[in-house]
Amino acid sequence: MIRFDSVTKTYPKQNRPALRDVSLEIEKGEFVFLVGSSGSGKSTFLRLILREERTDTGVVHVLGKDLNRLSNWKVPQMRRQLGTVFQDFRLLPNKTVAENVAFALEVIGKARGTIRKTVPEVLDLVGLAGKEDRMPGELSGGEQQRVAIARAFVNRPMLLIADEPTGNLDPQTSVGIMRLLDRINRTGTTVVMATHDQNIVDQMRKRVIELEKGRLVRDQSRGVYGYQH
Amino acid sequence: MRAQFVLSEIGVGLRRNLTMTFAVVISVALSLALAGGALLANKQVDSMKGYWYDKVQVTIYMCNKGDAKSTPSCAKGAVTDDQKAQIKTDLEKLPIVEKVYYEDAEQAYKHYQEQFKSSPLASTITPDQMQENYRVKLKDPTKFTVVASAFQGRPGVQSVEDQRAVLKNLFSLLNGMTLAAYVVLAFMLTVAMLLIVNTVRVSAFSRRRETGIMRLVGASSFYIQMPFIMEAAFAGLVGAGLACGMLLGGRYFMIDSGLKLQEKIPLVSFLGWDSVVAVLPLVLLIGIVMPSIAAFIALRRYLKV
Repeated sequence: MIRFDSVTKTYPKQNRPALRDVSLEIEKGEFVFLVGSSGSGKSTFLRLILREERTDTGVVHVLGKDLNRLSNWKVPQMRRQLGTVFQDFRLLPNKTVAENVAFALEVIGKARGTIRKTVPEVLDLVGLAGKEDRMPGELSGGEQQRVAIARAFVNRPMLLIADEPTGNLDPQTSVGIMRLLDRINRTGTTVVMATHDQNIVDQMRKRVIELEKGRLVRDQSRGVYGYQH
Repeated sequence: MRAQFVLSEIGVGLRRNLTMTFAVVISVALSLALAGGALLANKQVDSMKGYWYDKVQVTIYMCNKGDAKSTPSCAKGAVTDDQKAQIKTDLEKLPIVEKVYYEDAEQAYKHYQEQFKSSPLASTITPDQMQENYRVKLKDPTKFTVVASAFQGRPGVQSVEDQRAVLKNLFSLLNGMTLAAYVVLAFMLTVAMLLIVNTVRVSAFSRRRETGIMRLVGASSFYIQMPFIMEAAFAGLVGAGLACGMLLGGRYFMIDSGLKLQEKIPLVSFLGWDSVVAVLPLVLLIGIVMPSIAAFIALRRYLKV
């Protein structure tokens, strides 16, 4: 699903590489936590998977494709098989819940009939049935994140990337979001989640990958958060 | 491509930037009207030059049978073949003459018809009213008087004309105006381009949330850029439409009504509506393509896809 081969990435005008010689493999259907303090390289790791950045040396394979060799015009096709969720939700404030989810399908040219059918299904899945016509501003943080997850999942991606999805949420709401992500994982979707949330990592007992100053320092199945910040 | 989605995006974008859109429309309209006007002025000059203007400097008109009564120099009747031959030999003997063309009445009629095809004058003239003539190309175009003094008043010669002198002032005026139009046009075009680039930048910035999500969910760059380019193209089209209106209105006001040039200068064959209409598709095309290109270039800088 994802393979990093000796990946090094240095941003322009920076001395220290953001990622240094990282190699690892994530299999189909896995649930992986990505932990590490700020500046450890988590975001770079995710940006490389999304091909927002390219490696300096080394190769990143996602869904069987060498992203260094993937031409620019094929990147959108690749991203359609990925779902992405962020800490700040990134919803469109002037569109309703249903419209926000439908937007993801509209802009990749999906037929109107398909959209009308899939959007209620996925909203039901994330537990937002009945709130289709609310505006994001009327929802709680947890509900907004559910909308974002619905939008990321509506295209049934093979891989879900979550960048601190619970970062803006209280612990109780976070648990609900983690249950949802776990459920999505059980449908066969690979989930890679960067987080600072110790409780969640310790409770879930999934594979943990820890980065420190750009190096891979720990890769543990059924791991715990494990470091103090 | 979902047309409705794109159209609604364009509508939103244009309304959000209403003042900027206005500026783009007006500057495109003015620059295109100037471009079209300059183009038409050139056409007008070309049509007035007629067949001989760029080829010869002096025309020696022979008497034809109709001139006997109206022109004193032709009182002895039409030119004879001997007289014509004599004039030709004498012309070719002059050292300043480079080349002599002979135009018979039939050819003269043809060229006249071409030049005045949109004027009522064309239909009132018949071939036997036309004069045979010699068109003379000089080595030094300023030496017109040498030829004039040598042939004016000769038997069989109706008149010697320096046609350039007649049109020179008018042409230099028109050429000056065209040049001025081009200079203003260059500035207007620059302004229009900069405005479009800026409009796209503002537009891209105000929609960065949408475009960011579009990128994430895998919308193609074509899909992401299309609304911006269409916005610019639409504003350009409206501007081009205004420019077309100005060109049509300009011709009407200057030639038919208002200044009434056609009435005041009946001898000049002014450009017909067909010539003006022929320029309009070009104006519309430039009006759409130019802003689209400007938008596309701006997007490369301000919109990451």
